[in-house]
Amino acid sequence: MTLVDPSLPDPLPHEPGVAEPADGAPVPPEPAGRLSAVRLLATNPVTVAAAVVLVVVVVLAVLGRWIAPYGENEVDVVNALQPPSGAHWFGTDELGRDVLSRVVLATGVSLQVALVSVTFAFVVGVTVGIVSGFTRGWLDTVLMRLVDVMFAFPVLLLALAIVAVLGPGLLTTMLAIGVVYTPIFARVARASTLSVAVEPYVQASRTMGTPSWFTLGRHVLPNISGPLIVQTSLSLAFAILSEAALSFLGLGVQPPSPSWGRMLSEAQGFLGQAWWMSVFPGLAIFVTALAFNLLGDGMRDVLDPKQRTVIEARRKR
Amino acid sequence: MPAFLAHPVARFLARRVVYSAIVLLGVMVVTFSIVHLVPGDPVRIALGTRYTEEAYTALRAASGLDRPLPAQFVSYVGSALTGDLGVSFRTGQPVAVSLADRLPATASLAVVGLVIALVIALPLGIWAALHEGRVSDAVIRVGSQLGVSVPDFWLGILLITLFAATLGWLPSSGYTPFLEDPGGWLSHVLLPGLTVGLVAGAIMTRYIRAAVLEVVSMSYVRTARSKGLPPRIVTLRHILRNALVPVLTIAGIQLATILGGVIVVEVVFAWPGLGRLVYDAVAARDYPLIQGAVLLIAAMFLLVNLVVDVLYAAIDPRIRLS
Repeated sequence: MTLVDPSLPDPLPHEPGVAEPADGAPVPPEPAGRLSAVRLLATNPVTVAAAVVLVVVVVLAVLGRWIAPYGENEVDVVNALQPPSGAHWFGTDELGRDVLSRVVLATGVSLQVALVSVTFAFVVGVTVGIVSGFTRGWLDTVLMRLVDVMFAFPVLLLALAIVAVLGPGLLTTMLAIGVVYTPIFARVARASTLSVAVEPYVQASRTMGTPSWFTLGRHVLPNISGPLIVQTSLSLAFAILSEAALSFLGLGVQPPSPSWGRMLSEAQGFLGQAWWMSVFPGLAIFVTALAFNLLGDGMRDVLDPKQRTVIEARRKR
Repeated sequence: MPAFLAHPVARFLARRVVYSAIVLLGVMVVTFSIVHLVPGDPVRIALGTRYTEEAYTALRAASGLDRPLPAQFVSYVGSALTGDLGVSFRTGQPVAVSLADRLPATASLAVVGLVIALVIALPLGIWAALHEGRVSDAVIRVGSQLGVSVPDFWLGILLITLFAATLGWLPSSGYTPFLEDPGGWLSHVLLPGLTVGLVAGAIMTRYIRAAVLEVVSMSYVRTARSKGLPPRIVTLRHILRNALVPVLTIAGIQLATILGGVIVVEVVFAWPGLGRLVYDAVAARDYPLIQGAVLLIAAMFLLVNLVVDVLYAAIDPRIRLS
């Protein structure tokens, strides 16, 4: 059965993140490869632009409190629903709150939810995936059927079900998004582990009687990091979108914390009269998700060995 | 081995059916757990201010929550398989009836969305793959990247702002059944359909491009080219025909995703479908309804996948014989 996560922009990468020379001899994990990977990444202007945008997003998230011209809940009813102006660059909402300040101050929450949930998904998913791919046998079968079961639920539906059980809130949002993106990490980690596990250096390590956890940590994990890094970036994009969707439904980040999704839901009552209330928060979600997606795509080109040979061949021409 | 399993196609089908049944059972464990994982007493929560001792006992017995857990699960599976999904805490209506009421709206939105997505994705994905590395390919890739990153509910809000609030061409929300008034149905389904279709189209463009590129690199394409066949024939007969199989899978998965994943779009457009029902049920903490809707959506996803797998095998002998 082809239970591919449909929210993925591209078919799953199945290659480990290590290039093999033409003679097929394995390349042990080497730091020099990472260096050239960064150099290759820097040659792609789109990837560089995405990275710059993300740096700006992180700066806004960390320093937002000092950058935002007004407080997120500073009500000024006299100046309600004002269009963008010198005093309020993104206009004001129905309570006269500054939309720019709210967009800036919501960055931190969104990013926090995305980072925590994807870290959760990464740790749990990768552990399941490499254990599954490395041990094979009945444990692999059981774990992968569990992953199949989770894939049968649409992402947002499963997140909603989790919120329904635990009640809305910041922690639930992080957990719900983390859980729904766990199986994709398990799949990617397992597929990569399967292909790395047959490499001579892993076989040698096993033959020497090295404990499994050491072989996994020292030889398997570094060599499957490429696809995992790519998946992390793409998942951050989807986590940003999922958090926005949950908050839009009123089931994610709760007031008084500002959130992009919630701002959009509040803007719905003023679509004809205050376009700025919906355009700017939506743009913030869009640009952040786009930057993570483009970064992930750029990294896929570099960290996926098949793609990498293509790039290098082009550069030589 | 039973005689009917002698044929490889029958064996393939049997394997897929058994596999789907196992996953469905796992799905049922998850949906069954929804009610039992709720901190506190779901019946008490559901009754809220209407709580009385008699109402509590009655609802608890009616929903079977007073029996041991394994017995509850067995009877849950048994009833679910016969179409009995319990009774809504809030309305007292059978859950299966509520779901059946909402299914047509979601199905019509999903079909319109999928058609729009295919109209966008098929030509663009094929064109991009056949012109790999050119400017047009780059433009299409960037365009699909934009579509993948856009929050669908924001796109819906923008479309409403433009076509409903500003231009006044189309209604901003609501639903008319197709059989009652086809024109009214079309005017209502266009904006949500476009919202769903644009996002799904962007995702499908990327998959279709990848699928066609994969076929282009096959040795039979190189052979066809090197024996001097005109490029048009190679494209039509060798590339597109073989790319049809993965494209079918992609379309199937997208259909399943749209069926279960348009919750937010349905909320934005006040579309009375399954997604809107799930949202209302979560807001009202109506656990039997949440349980039933989640189970139905996951089961539809498995069914669509099963059908796609069967079609896949019917089209491509390499799959059923491997």
